[in-house]
Amino acid sequence: MAVAAKSPAGSAYLDRYAGERVRLEAGARPWLAGWRRAGSEAFRAAGFPTIKSEAWRFIPLHALIEGDFSVDAPPAPFDRSRLKGVTFGRAAENRFVFVNGRLRDDLSSLEHLSPGIELLSFAEALKSRPQLIEGFLGNAPGLAGHPFAALNAAFAADGYVLHLAPGARAEAPIEILWVGSGADKPPVYHPRNLIVAGAGAHATVIEHHVGLCIGSYFSDSVTEIALGQGALLRHCKVQDESREAFHMAVTGAHLAAGAHYDSFVFSIGGRLARNEIHVALDGRRAHCRLYGAYLARGEQTVDHTTVIDHVSPETSSKELYKGVLDGRARGVFQGRITVRPNAQKADGQQMNRALLLSNKAEINSKPELEISADDVKCSHGATAGELDDAALFYLRSRGIPEAEARRLLVEAFLAEVIDAVALAGMRLTLEHNIARWMAA
Amino acid sequence: MTAMLEIKDLHATVDGKEILRGLSLSIKAGEVHAIMGPNGSGKSTLSYVLAGREGYEVTKGEVLYQGKNLLAMEPEERAAQGVFLAFQYPVEIPGVSNTTFLKHALNAVRQHRGESELDAMQFLKLLRETMKRLGMAEDMLKRNVNVGFSGGEKKRNEILQMAVLKPTFAVLDETDSGLDIDALKVVADGVNALRAPDRAMLLITHYQRLLDYIVPDRVHVLAKGRIVRSGDKSLALELEQRGYAEFAKEAA
Repeated sequence: MAVAAKSPAGSAYLDRYAGERVRLEAGARPWLAGWRRAGSEAFRAAGFPTIKSEAWRFIPLHALIEGDFSVDAPPAPFDRSRLKGVTFGRAAENRFVFVNGRLRDDLSSLEHLSPGIELLSFAEALKSRPQLIEGFLGNAPGLAGHPFAALNAAFAADGYVLHLAPGARAEAPIEILWVGSGADKPPVYHPRNLIVAGAGAHATVIEHHVGLCIGSYFSDSVTEIALGQGALLRHCKVQDESREAFHMAVTGAHLAAGAHYDSFVFSIGGRLARNEIHVALDGRRAHCRLYGAYLARGEQTVDHTTVIDHVSPETSSKELYKGVLDGRARGVFQGRITVRPNAQKADGQQMNRALLLSNKAEINSKPELEISADDVKCSHGATAGELDDAALFYLRSRGIPEAEARRLLVEAFLAEVIDAVALAGMRLTLEHNIARWMAA
Repeated sequence: MTAMLEIKDLHATVDGKEILRGLSLSIKAGEVHAIMGPNGSGKSTLSYVLAGREGYEVTKGEVLYQGKNLLAMEPEERAAQGVFLAFQYPVEIPGVSNTTFLKHALNAVRQHRGESELDAMQFLKLLRETMKRLGMAEDMLKRNVNVGFSGGEKKRNEILQMAVLKPTFAVLDETDSGLDIDALKVVADGVNALRAPDRAMLLITHYQRLLDYIVPDRVHVLAKGRIVRSGDKSLALELEQRGYAEFAKEAA
């Protein structure tokens, strides 16, 4: 059987960029070339997912599949003067700036990296430090069989590699700015990121995705994370892509004993944005906290898919996602918690709440618990509701104009998430984003 | 002198059911009026109609506030013009701190009056002074609006809002219900402190007790959606002795 016949769109996509694949494989070390080929073969076999696939049934992909993207679009004009408005306001400390998926050395600065911490681009690591990545590529949970992870492997050209030696402590947050900017032809890029933290290492990574055009582009990223014993990673992301952009992000993390992964995703941009996080709590007392806040309107689709695997005893996870949906926007939350037979005393809590501002907006919630141990504490919940009329009237009766009252209530709805996770420098950016969204 | 508030033959329905059936009332600046009446007589409907709550449909009659058509104004416009309703059941707003709420409210009202917004320092100073006067603990500022407040705390919070916003015309909807005698005194002191020749108030209450502390100029008895008797403060005492039943009969 010609497997490819099942996914003509996938094959067509690969063939369209055959030149790029040849270029990437040329001169690559055998392990790398093999990994890329495995990626393209997997994608050729699977193709783009369709709504018939359970994990993708709420996601309309036709616009993405029909998109005519360019892998070698001319560099978008972007310079230092434009950085101010899209960074978190602090003086540049440790910052990588990517424009259309490519590191811009001239805009990046690594002046305050603490001892034991290395940050370099994926392209640079492939060239000069392959040992930093060779053993890690493709190991993260959730990547096997994932169509967009396969596509990423075939085309990944750049990204960031953060390596923390055991005990290393990053004093200041490491900021990664991703700028998307459409040229004549919408660009596509496949960022490949890797964070490896040795035992007891601590770091905070803030990723900020911004679109500086009104047009389309496609970002298909994979971030692999491996946290050693007792390591701590705070991982914050602000997704503010252009309103026509496609943002596909898969993150997979392995956590050793006592490691702690804190994820916060704030999603406000993109025509279609999917943020998928897979966490394997491999070691005893590994803990993760996945928080998300999102706002969508118009025809936007925003998807949060999480898969948490409690492998070992006494592991714990906490999830809280809150979204505000207006217009004809569609929100998707798919959250699976698996508790393996060995994972006694596991604790998994999941909550997903949506605020619907229009009767055409929709939220699709799909929690799944799969529990194979008997002494565990797991819970999940999902709510969807409208703005509280009584609260709105109360605010207005005190003189607060309706638009401002609505903004206050939306901010209040999201406050639980933002208060719990936002770093001081991020809060202003988030509040500004929410206010801008409400005023639009 | 024209009345500050003039209600003429007011009819209002809720869910298609007529609750107010020809209510007329005139309140002059400087006056405090009390409306008393049994449950279901339309007391709360009147307060919501005056504040502009959705779902309370006026089918006939008019309300003039300072000579203007009150019913044509949005709720925030009424507040900005100086109308204030102390809610019988103050609403809980998780995620909004009392300080943020009060600040937005005060600045919105000040802006409407053409006054400059208060900066954070001025605002906190005003707030602290007012709270001290009302015997309120400062931690109420940090807490979310009415969330986890006791019944008494909620009512005090209404009085705090009133004291900060300094309305021209205030409606207090059963602000006395559920209060112990100490809380009642605090609320009454707060109300009395606002009595002024250029302000007016309407107290809606079930019991005469509140009127021992806030002495009204006029007392009205509401039954089945209409005022059936009006008098001075002695009418409240008469009601207390004779009960509402007789008045309800008069309304029939």
